[in-house]
Amino acid sequence: MKPAPFAYTKARSVEHAVELAGRDGEARILAGGQSLIATLNMRLSRPTLLVDINGLDGLDGLALKDGAVEIGALVRHAQAGRSDIIAKNAPLIAKAIPHIGHPAIRNRGTIGGSIAFADPAAELPACLVALGGEVVIAGGRGERTVKADDFFTGLFETELGSDDVLKAIRVPAANAATRIGFAELARRHGDYALVGLAAAARAEGDGLADIRLAYFGVGATPVRARKAEAELARGALDDAVAALADDLDPPDDVQETGAVKRHLAGVLLRRVAKQLMEGRQ
Amino acid sequence: MSPQPAHDITLMVNGEAIAESVEPRTTLVDFLREALGLTGSHVGCEHGVCGACTVRLDGVIVRGCLTLAVQCDGRRVETIEGLSDSGELADLQAAFERRNALQCGFCTPGMMLTAQELLAAGGVPSRDTIRAHISGNYCRCTGYHAIVDAIESVAQARAQQG
Ligand SMILES: Cc1cc2nc3c(=O)[nH]c(=O)nc-3n(C[C@H](O)[C@H](O)[C@H](O)COP(=O)(O)OP(=O)(O)OC[C@H]3O[C@@H](n4cnc5c(N)ncnc54)[C@H](O)[C@@H]3O)c2cc1C
Ligand code: FES
Ligand code: FES
Repeated sequence: MKPAPFAYTKARSVEHAVELAGRDGEARILAGGQSLIATLNMRLSRPTLLVDINGLDGLDGLALKDGAVEIGALVRHAQAGRSDIIAKNAPLIAKAIPHIGHPAIRNRGTIGGSIAFADPAAELPACLVALGGEVVIAGGRGERTVKADDFFTGLFETELGSDDVLKAIRVPAANAATRIGFAELARRHGDYALVGLAAAARAEGDGLADIRLAYFGVGATPVRARKAEAELARGALDDAVAALADDLDPPDDVQETGAVKRHLAGVLLRRVAKQLMEGRQ
Repeated sequence: MSPQPAHDITLMVNGEAIAESVEPRTTLVDFLREALGLTGSHVGCEHGVCGACTVRLDGVIVRGCLTLAVQCDGRRVETIEGLSDSGELADLQAAFERRNALQCGFCTPGMMLTAQELLAAGGVPSRDTIRAHISGNYCRCTGYHAIVDAIESVAQARAQQG
């Protein structure tokens, strides 16, 4: 299908984008367009104005700052996948990127777009939660920072208001004690996951501490498996897998039943736990 | 909403300067096909899944159905027509023919542009890498084996030539 008509403006600055988005109730920010234009083509959404932020200064930075990796909203998936800064300091994100769609999608899709769109089966929102990162937002009332645990509020819903522009995400830089794990199951390479798991932890003695397990594809938002985290911290992998029965309640969807997804979540936990332990020196 | 004001854009398409006026909602692939008559880029699913509309924008492959023509103001676009004329794809085209890597040919332009991006990275990718790389390009005829064969054979030939 073809999109319904809409007006188009190229924003001159982040402030200009905020102003344009706030002025028109049905305006949408256009980043990589890899989700937005698909929904327009299918007439699943009918905004009156697209505010194009591509090319805006200050949104495509990628830097190590004060112990955190800051990734500008307009950094494309492909660019993040090639970045040495990310490979060294945010290895969980580097590991997740190849699972996002296909090369042509990654050449255009943006980090900010993936976080703002908040698809429940998407990789990057779960990575952000697993890493305990944060989101930097510019809005009508100035700039604010929201923690990943508070950012994803519902199905395709986030803390972003209609006149907010996501400027960047920040994740703590990895150090020698950082351990990460990532695995997902999809029917074909590049599809959204049936179920996926992004995890981070800190090596401590013989075990792991500060474990964060963020599942995707099992609910409306990324889901922390907190009881499994506690069991894993005790070194009890079987109990951690059993605890997923309490932590996760995946609904049936077009791809699979909830029961199958819960089983697969356990399979992924065993794989990811191995990665977390193997990363230890 | 009623039709929206057209935007004037200028861009390079296959090395030629183009000045046109486009409605905001016109996708790049529709613009190429309908305004410029470049019908080698195909329209399949129109939501990013099939890869038939693959073109190059500023040197990298993108979905022509998920990019708006108005966003290409000041940019450089290349299509199968340009890459075919320049000879950049000559060996790949010959390999596709030799290996029966196309039947109806609907997927072929997108498949070649996608393959060329992998081949341009150099070396001889494994068959698994080739499959992963073309996973976003659907072919309803060949069953993919012959396509992987063709891409692999070009990678080997180019590696030998150095
Ligand atoms: C075939 C296909 C397969 C895919 N597979 C995957 C996959 O496996 N995993 C995955 O995670 N994704 C997948 N995607 C989606 C892809 O990752 C998108 O690029 C991403 O979801 C959105 O990023 P974008 O930059 O394209 O955003 P857009 O499409 O431009 O925008 C998406 C939404 O976010 C809003 N938005 C974007 N940027 C900002 C900003 N800076 N501030 C405020 N709001 C903003 C827009 O208004 C819009 O509502 C796939 C897409 C396709 C077409
Ligand atoms: S038509 Fe663009 S991906 Fe199918
Ligand atoms: S040759 Fe017919 S779709 Fe590929």
